[in-house]
Amino acid sequence: MILAAPPTHPGFLSPTGVEIAFLLVGLVTLGAAVVSVTTKQLVHAALWLVVALGGLAVEYLLLTAEFIAWVQVLIYVGSVVVLLLFGLMLTKAPIGRSPDADSGNRPVALAVAAAAAAALVWVVWDAFRKTWIELDGPAQGSTDVTGETLFRHWVLPFEALSVLLLAALVGAIVLSRKKPEGERD
Amino acid sequence: MHLAYPAVLAALLFCVGLYGVLARRNAILVLMSVELMLNAVNLNLVAFDVWLRDALHAGQALTLFTIAIAAAEIGIGLAIVLMVYRNRGTSDVDRLRDTAEPAESGATPESTDEKAEAAA
Repeated sequence: MILAAPPTHPGFLSPTGVEIAFLLVGLVTLGAAVVSVTTKQLVHAALWLVVALGGLAVEYLLLTAEFIAWVQVLIYVGSVVVLLLFGLMLTKAPIGRSPDADSGNRPVALAVAAAAAAALVWVVWDAFRKTWIELDGPAQGSTDVTGETLFRHWVLPFEALSVLLLAALVGAIVLSRKKPEGERD
Repeated sequence: MHLAYPAVLAALLFCVGLYGVLARRNAILVLMSVELMLNAVNLNLVAFDVWLRDALHAGQALTLFTIAIAAAEIGIGLAIVLMVYRNRGTSDVDRLRDTAEPAESGATPESTDEKAEAAA
């Protein structure tokens, strides 16, 4: 692309420390995600999801998006996974290995995912082969910067989002409220 | 940092989530895979925001919005799954076939029962 890269960039054969760290954490994240979607033990799937989401938080840190990294830890690792675990318990998910965790269309799913992965990786690689991110200079996602942009330029979407969250909260309460006896919907 | 690292990682994570959505049977595991897909998109947004040095930081703001919407989605989704479980006794997505076309060999007795129950 046009923005790319002053000629000082070293290329793939001499990666920087940040790149090596990103690669290693990325491998852990990807491995945890794969285990999370393939394991037969439902609770373990949720726990491996914690590893994957935490790895993504580290990736955000490496990309200098600090605020989003901590939001990721707070919301995903802190609350979404807890909600999922509660859901698993409330639906009486089996604790041990459950042989029917995968449905019958597993081969089709594998084929679709492999095809999508091949296509996406090829396109992305072809498009961004010669593009470098400049990570030097002040952090681009510090709380300072994020707060300023969020409350200076993105106030209206932010408020709309809080209305959406309120609606979701009310909806969840209404859905999960126990009906009185004899009344069925 | 080379932009290909986060972009390729995001593409692969998205495909892992895609596999999970298509292959899992338990509805809660499907929701987990949806979370993986959303996170892959978030990684892409952050990486491109940092690459483009956008003055409005649209990528990071949108990532925060996506995270909030994902939290709302998981709350509503789990409430729906719990209600389905309470009414049907199962949360397996491939057993909830009430709106499916009946198979050629005629409906199974179980689904006929459910239809009669729903009609009652």
